[in-house]
Amino acid sequence: MAEAAKMQVSDEVAIQITSMNKWYGQFHVLRDINMTVMKGERIVICGPSGSGKSTLIRCINRLEEHQQGQIVVDGTELTNDLKNIDKVRSEVGMVFQHFNLFPHLTILENLTLAPIWVRKVPKKEAEETAMYFLGKVKIPEQAHKYPGQLSGGQQQRVAIARSLCMKPRIMLFDEPTSALDPEMIKEVLDTMIELAQEGMTMLCVTHEMGFAQAVANRVIFMDQGQIVEQNEPKEFFNNPKSERTKLFLSQILGH
Amino acid sequence: MSETHAQTVTFVRDTMLPPVAPPVGERGAVKWLRENLFSTPLNIALTVLGVVAIWWLVSSSLPWWLNSVWNASSLGECRQIVAANAGEGATGACWAMIRERWHQFLFGFYPPSQWWRPILAFGLLFGALAPVLFAGQKRSLTVLLGAVLVFLLITLYLAGAPGVPFALAIALVLGMLALAQMQPGRLLWFTLIYPALCFWLLWGGSVWSPIVAMAGFGVLYAVFRLASPMIGLAPAAGVGIVVAVLWWLYAEGPVVSVVQGVLPFALQSINSDQFGGFLLAIVIGVTGIAFSLPIGILLALGRQSDMLIVKTLSVGFIEFIRGVPLITLLFTASLLLQYFLPPGTNFDIILRVIILVTFFAAAYLAEVIRGGLAALPRGQYEAADALGLDYWRAQRLIILPQALKVSIPAIVSTFIGLFKDTTLVAFVGLMDPLKGVTQIVRADINWKGIYWEPYIFVGVIFFVICFGMSRYSMYLERKLKTDHR
Repeated sequence: MAEAAKMQVSDEVAIQITSMNKWYGQFHVLRDINMTVMKGERIVICGPSGSGKSTLIRCINRLEEHQQGQIVVDGTELTNDLKNIDKVRSEVGMVFQHFNLFPHLTILENLTLAPIWVRKVPKKEAEETAMYFLGKVKIPEQAHKYPGQLSGGQQQRVAIARSLCMKPRIMLFDEPTSALDPEMIKEVLDTMIELAQEGMTMLCVTHEMGFAQAVANRVIFMDQGQIVEQNEPKEFFNNPKSERTKLFLSQILGH
Repeated sequence: MSETHAQTVTFVRDTMLPPVAPPVGERGAVKWLRENLFSTPLNIALTVLGVVAIWWLVSSSLPWWLNSVWNASSLGECRQIVAANAGEGATGACWAMIRERWHQFLFGFYPPSQWWRPILAFGLLFGALAPVLFAGQKRSLTVLLGAVLVFLLITLYLAGAPGVPFALAIALVLGMLALAQMQPGRLLWFTLIYPALCFWLLWGGSVWSPIVAMAGFGVLYAVFRLASPMIGLAPAAGVGIVVAVLWWLYAEGPVVSVVQGVLPFALQSINSDQFGGFLLAIVIGVTGIAFSLPIGILLALGRQSDMLIVKTLSVGFIEFIRGVPLITLLFTASLLLQYFLPPGTNFDIILRVIILVTFFAAAYLAEVIRGGLAALPRGQYEAADALGLDYWRAQRLIILPQALKVSIPAIVSTFIGLFKDTTLVAFVGLMDPLKGVTQIVRADINWKGIYWEPYIFVGVIFFVICFGMSRYSMYLERKLKTDHR
């Protein structure tokens, strides 16, 4: 992976999380999270399983509800107000571990559905946009197939294109490569790197440390629902401060 | 390595083997017989027993079928003809009864001069179903509408339909055929107005009653559109429903009589007690099917709702209706409902039965659809949410198409069950084809003692209709299969 040019980060705040707490019943999943993401920043979140990293990014588009604290996305605070939630969701794209394409629709219909029904874009224009983004993820020839006919890597690239069709300001990636075969991981990561180089604000939960080193401005390490350490990738990998981080890094980089 | 040569001799194939047919015992009929009929001693015994049973059934019933009599005026005459042809003691079917009484099996006591009305309604039913069953498929639409045209031409002529409605009906179907070629989507408008048209054709009376009743939905929609920007969607829908109900209760009667006074246009009124046979079964069955599906979907969604009241009401409704036998509900329809309704309201018995049959099927459908909803991975809901789709759009575009697709076999089973259950209306005094009409036929001194023939006739028609539904559901499943699993 080529060392991507670390794009300049603007001083505009994209996401502001202040003393946020979340519980599942009695279980305290996220504990006092404070985090600021600038526009154009690319953040990789890692940590052992059950550390709350997926839950954290799912709070940002309110797939999960938080019970305390404040989350402000692009100037809109997430509360129980459905209008705000829909507004944030249409501005924030999300890519899932299991792709979650709609199996009853063709690839093109998957891509145009939200622009047509949420953004009220005319069908023809939505299809042009969809074909443009399918071209970007390098599978325009699959437009009229169904998701079940594509390989995992292709499906994940379609899922990325589907989010991009909504012209989001922020992209969230929830372990986008962990359900893929090794030879398909690269094609998805290449797409993500390309996206990063275009200056998209990205939050990515992943264990692809090569990806983190190549494009991230910041790596956040979480454990037991807390942010344990965050730093620039070079410092984070070469010179981890906390014992917990050192242990984690030795486990995932050790083999 | 070189020491182990004796065990690992190198080998190179220099001629490739051509494929050879399998041995005789492994192919064709011999293999099939061996595998399916004579594989074990037990299977051999069962095969022999099966053949004996079939032989016994066929040999004992075949003469009955072969000695069928089609021309006779009474059961006694039938028996004489059978005895004359096949000798004393021979048995024979007496289809002459069907030949003489077929119309009661189809129409009940509907006046013969008006038979063209249910026939036309039946033909147009397929015109209304076509755009739903074969959305946008020009070829299937054309074939189905063409069949409707031919059916109406022949049957309306045979039924002696008056000239003007005959011509109008043919023009309507021709118009739909033309529309199917150009804008098949527009055909759905006919589907929307069909219920009112069908009601008017079957029950007759002033043409304005169904039109004014349909206008109630227009009132509902108008109120909803006007009020929703001011008070929000759900309250606006509530106000709309209240206004529409007021319209139906208080405004409908006066408006109909005024318009009827200005523009008198009516068909002969037919009372519900003259309905019978398959006319009754199909009216109840089709209406029940058409209305139970949307109600069932709403109940299934309601049962999954986060809103406590909606959820409690849905669960209560479903569990109550499912916990009570259909016959109890039918008795409720015929007797008890009268006590709860305001005095003086005369609620048609067929309508009451339709409402309860619909509720009954809807409760079952709700559970079937809930199963379909539960089969969807959570990721589908999350992906729809993450794209910013609101609840109703997510349900309509993402969730329901998939949930309904996996539930198709169970939904169609429920529909078939509903259609066959329409024969239970015999218990509240309606003339269903199986019990009601058969009893009437047997009450005639000429046909007293006839037993198998009416049941076979009615059974065959039920089978054809139910088998048709079942085949359509299989076609639909194949058509919608996109997941390539």
